[in-house]
Amino acid sequence: MKRPDCTVVLQEKDRSKKSRLIQRLAQAFRIDVLDTLHARGTGHWGGAASAAELLVALYFDAMNVRPAEPSWPDRDRLVLSKGHASCMLYTVLAHRGYFPPEELQTFRQLDSRLQGHPCMRKTPGVEMSTGSLGHGLSVGLGMALAARRLGKSWWTYVLMGDGDLNEGQTWEAVMAAAKFKPERLVALIDYNKVQLDGPSDQIMPMDPLPEKLRAFNWNVAPIVYDGHHAAAVLESFDWVKRQRQWPVVVIYHTHKGRGVSFMEDNAQWHGAVIDDNTHARARQELLATLRQLEDQP
Amino acid sequence: MTRVPIAMRVAFGDALLELAPTIPEMVVLDADVSSSTRTAEFGKRHPDRFFNVGVAEANMVDIAAGMATCGLRPVVSTFALFIALKGTDQVRNIVCYNNLPVVLAGNYAGLSDSYDGASHQSILDLSIMRAMPNMAVVVPADAIELRQALAVALHRNGPTYLRICRNPTPVLFAEAAPFEFGKIRRLRDGGDLTIAVCGVPTSMAIEAADRLAARGIAVDLLEVSTLKPIDAAALAASSRKTGRVLTVEEHTTVGGLGSAVAEALAQSAPAALRMIGIQDTFTESGDYSALLRKYGISTDHIEAGAMQLVETNPR
Repeated sequence: MKRPDCTVVLQEKDRSKKSRLIQRLAQAFRIDVLDTLHARGTGHWGGAASAAELLVALYFDAMNVRPAEPSWPDRDRLVLSKGHASCMLYTVLAHRGYFPPEELQTFRQLDSRLQGHPCMRKTPGVEMSTGSLGHGLSVGLGMALAARRLGKSWWTYVLMGDGDLNEGQTWEAVMAAAKFKPERLVALIDYNKVQLDGPSDQIMPMDPLPEKLRAFNWNVAPIVYDGHHAAAVLESFDWVKRQRQWPVVVIYHTHKGRGVSFMEDNAQWHGAVIDDNTHARARQELLATLRQLEDQP
Repeated sequence: MTRVPIAMRVAFGDALLELAPTIPEMVVLDADVSSSTRTAEFGKRHPDRFFNVGVAEANMVDIAAGMATCGLRPVVSTFALFIALKGTDQVRNIVCYNNLPVVLAGNYAGLSDSYDGASHQSILDLSIMRAMPNMAVVVPADAIELRQALAVALHRNGPTYLRICRNPTPVLFAEAAPFEFGKIRRLRDGGDLTIAVCGVPTSMAIEAADRLAARGIAVDLLEVSTLKPIDAAALAASSRKTGRVLTVEEHTTVGGLGSAVAEALAQSAPAALRMIGIQDTFTESGDYSALLRKYGISTDHIEAGAMQLVETNPR
């Protein structure tokens, strides 16, 4: 597997070229995650694959961070509220330079820094321990309010999934954020519309989501972006950076289990064990797509 | 005990104002009960440091946690019942799991929201908070100790649960006698019986100890303001000395001070043990003193419990 050089991705100034690199990197990380989940026999594929382009674009484009100095006070923050996508976050953090990629092999194992769900006290780069859904937006609101109080200008991103939106606490935070209006608080919704038990339409319908958030006085991005199209994701970030009305939310159409035909939009692959046969078939598909991306100019 | 009774909540509100200039990182969050918990005045004087989040306790705890990760020192204030029960997942998974320096001020604790009834009376907050890894649990016995404990909590490097009574209670301590985190205060020295007490019933235990002294029973009276980490060494030393331990708390005996003392002594210096507190039942509306008495928490109950413990466990 050919992985784009991470330093090159970071330093690329041309938005179009950068989006193609991010697209390839995200696909390569999907393969890494699939390999890790298969090797360890545990972990969540669906939500991790769904968030690939968003997480890569955050850490390789939007966010001002110093991996060698994870506690740098002025850094931008990401709270992964959908903590079950941990394996994708770890893969991105490792290749961004927070810790050696070889450590990904220890995912979910005893004595590892890479817990089943993110733990800020164990993993460099993890800003908040998550896993129990619905906490992320409240915590991010606290971070954004702290920036205001301390006279700092860091950005706080909160990445949420459908499950987060089911939680009552998320809506408490939605209301409170609209009251306090902290600068540079950005909610990103990985809206794949499939939950652990099945399609969101059957488990807990969230539509009409943009209208709901507008009614709660959020600055909602005018379009729902394609969360698997890196160029669209970068475009959405460019829109975010132009905003002056807070808080800001961007909704992304995504697919749970993205990249593997028989896993996409299928609740079964929320957290099922990936056996040898499944792994081989899935990897083949992911690799074929990666090669197509490499062939593009 | 000759001084005018002061409500801990009033002392809490005053202490926040006092501490504001010396701890600029301190911020205060409240959930639409600031006029009750007495954080409102802080909010008026420091609007940029005060966050009324509405009736949304879970959200409040996590906002505070997010602030704490950035170097602020949040004080989360609402009724004890709501912090303990509406914010439990947040206290566990965000505040305690990450060992964040958040002060959780549980106001209107115990039966002190007496007329509001069982729905508002916080009788199991200590059980919940004590079970949380990384959490420190402090139960002040008077307004002076509350102020001292708040200042200490704001300088700790982890979460602290601070239990606050709504109503005026006797002032027991002098400003000059500082609260020491994790240390028991010995209020009477005796060899016949240990009484371990926390919070509002401390004044009752002092009175009971004095009555018992008049009956020839010398009480080793320990005020256990820090329930966690508990001063196991001082408890064990007293238990070895007296062989009889009576615990007194304004809380269910399932998981509170009595349990904490039993856990500590069972592993070091077991003694004959009796627990005064709410006996695994819901409570009701009424006058605070009358309510405490009805549910077994009074000077008379302590005296009687002590006598029974002595009589049934002869030397």
